[in-house]
Amino acid sequence: MTSAADGEIVHFENVGLRYGSDREVLSDVSFTLFPGSFYFLTGASGAGKTSLLKLLYLAQRPSRGMIRMFGTDAITMPRESLPMLRRRLGVVFQDFRLVAHLSAFDNVALPLRVAGVSERELAKPVADMLEWVGLTERMHARPAQLSGGEQQRVAIARAVIGRPDMLVADEPTGNVDPEMAIKLLRLFEALNRLGTTVVVATHDLHLLKKVPDSLIMRLDKGRLSDPTGALRYPPRPAAARV
Amino acid sequence: MALKLPSMMPGALARGWRSLSGGDALLVQQGRLAGPMPWVIAIMVALTVIAAAAGLALANTARNAADELSGGITVQVIEANPAERERQAQAALRVLRETPGVVSAKAVSQAEVERLIEPWLGTWAAGDEDIPVPALVDARLRDPVDGEMLGAMRRLVRQVAPAARVDAQSSWLGPVFGAIDSLQWLALALVGLLAAATCAAVLLAVRTALGSNRDTIEIVHLLGGTDVQIARIFQRSVAFDAAGGGALGLALGLVAVLFLGQRFAGLGAGLVSAGGHWAGRTGCCWR
Repeated sequence: MTSAADGEIVHFENVGLRYGSDREVLSDVSFTLFPGSFYFLTGASGAGKTSLLKLLYLAQRPSRGMIRMFGTDAITMPRESLPMLRRRLGVVFQDFRLVAHLSAFDNVALPLRVAGVSERELAKPVADMLEWVGLTERMHARPAQLSGGEQQRVAIARAVIGRPDMLVADEPTGNVDPEMAIKLLRLFEALNRLGTTVVVATHDLHLLKKVPDSLIMRLDKGRLSDPTGALRYPPRPAAARV
Repeated sequence: MALKLPSMMPGALARGWRSLSGGDALLVQQGRLAGPMPWVIAIMVALTVIAAAAGLALANTARNAADELSGGITVQVIEANPAERERQAQAALRVLRETPGVVSAKAVSQAEVERLIEPWLGTWAAGDEDIPVPALVDARLRDPVDGEMLGAMRRLVRQVAPAARVDAQSSWLGPVFGAIDSLQWLALALVGLLAAATCAAVLLAVRTALGSNRDTIEIVHLLGGTDVQIARIFQRSVAFDAAGGGALGLALGLVAVLFLGQRFAGLGAGLVSAGGHWAGRTGCCWR
């Protein structure tokens, strides 16, 4: 069995999740993620993809099972420890979750401000990131003034600005044109090569073919399909592919 | 094809537990003094200042009046014969001046007496021999007048002026002091209630701000923001609003107090500073 000492980033063991007294939306989910891995999470609507992502980005605690993230037991750790773990994550929400009254610039700068980065330090990286996603001209626009695709690019820029240890993205290319979708996927790949573990939930099966080295996590009615055990006992990568 | 990556800040997110940097104020949507809270606080503080000032003014007035009246006695000689009235008044004045413990004693001039009765009887009464206006002697004692001392004074004065009545100036003002005391407690209660209402307004505003910014708070949490960071943003925002509202309310309250002070000062000594003194006389005279 893998352990924190082996460099795992995430380990799920028999995780179950139910909302209230309803039936479990996730059952007996077990897998391990290593640094430098690239995963696509697929499954039909209602299969539990978003619920699994919520567990991954620490927005939800499971009903049962064990989750270890960055070597820390995420179930029993005190609430005060959550922020430090969350800061190692980049999250692209399906509904973007941009702060409505902040400009695109301020939304992208938000994780850095939360981390205490000074305005002087963050100005250039944020401007560069907005230029990279093609939103320099729109940096002062608020989310309501941006199209769905532009909002999605702001959400992605916000998720990757701090080069997180793990990037979790829920349908990150759903609202952008194919050209931008490929460009964003290349960004995720580049981050992945720098050591960021990437988990992308998507319906787009064409996207899966664009990243040949990726692993596929398929959810079916709340259960993780892992016929070969590759997700639960993955071959340990020699090192991050820097 | 090599992908040119944008510049990022690796490791920046795990810097530690400092507060949010410069742009944190942006996270609270509402601008300064834009919501109702600063104005509510301003009104509350203004009312508190006015209530507190009223309480202090009443206390001051009561203290001054009590100090002024506590050692005062009034001798009124009620005699129809003007010559006899004047003789007994002078005799009473002489006795009082010779009595140990009496700091000062003086006869109230006829002009002053006429001025005192003018609001009730009009100017025609002045100098009318048919209206027996009492002769008045005002005396100050070193110590507050109690029943025993008042009795001694009465006996002393009546030996030389049988038509004289001797009264302590403080006695008739007892109910007034009681009413002033009640008003002071009322002012104190008002200050307490307004302070409590101000606290409640601040609490309500904080709850409203937290509720209306719930989405933002959740996002900041998910981005790694701590409870302390988030609380600090709202504390700062509320503190600014409260300080702004408080300063405005204080200014409004002070202006109102100064204005009222000037208006009351315009009422003249008859009602405030020397009011107890002269009102004591009139009260004694016409009971």
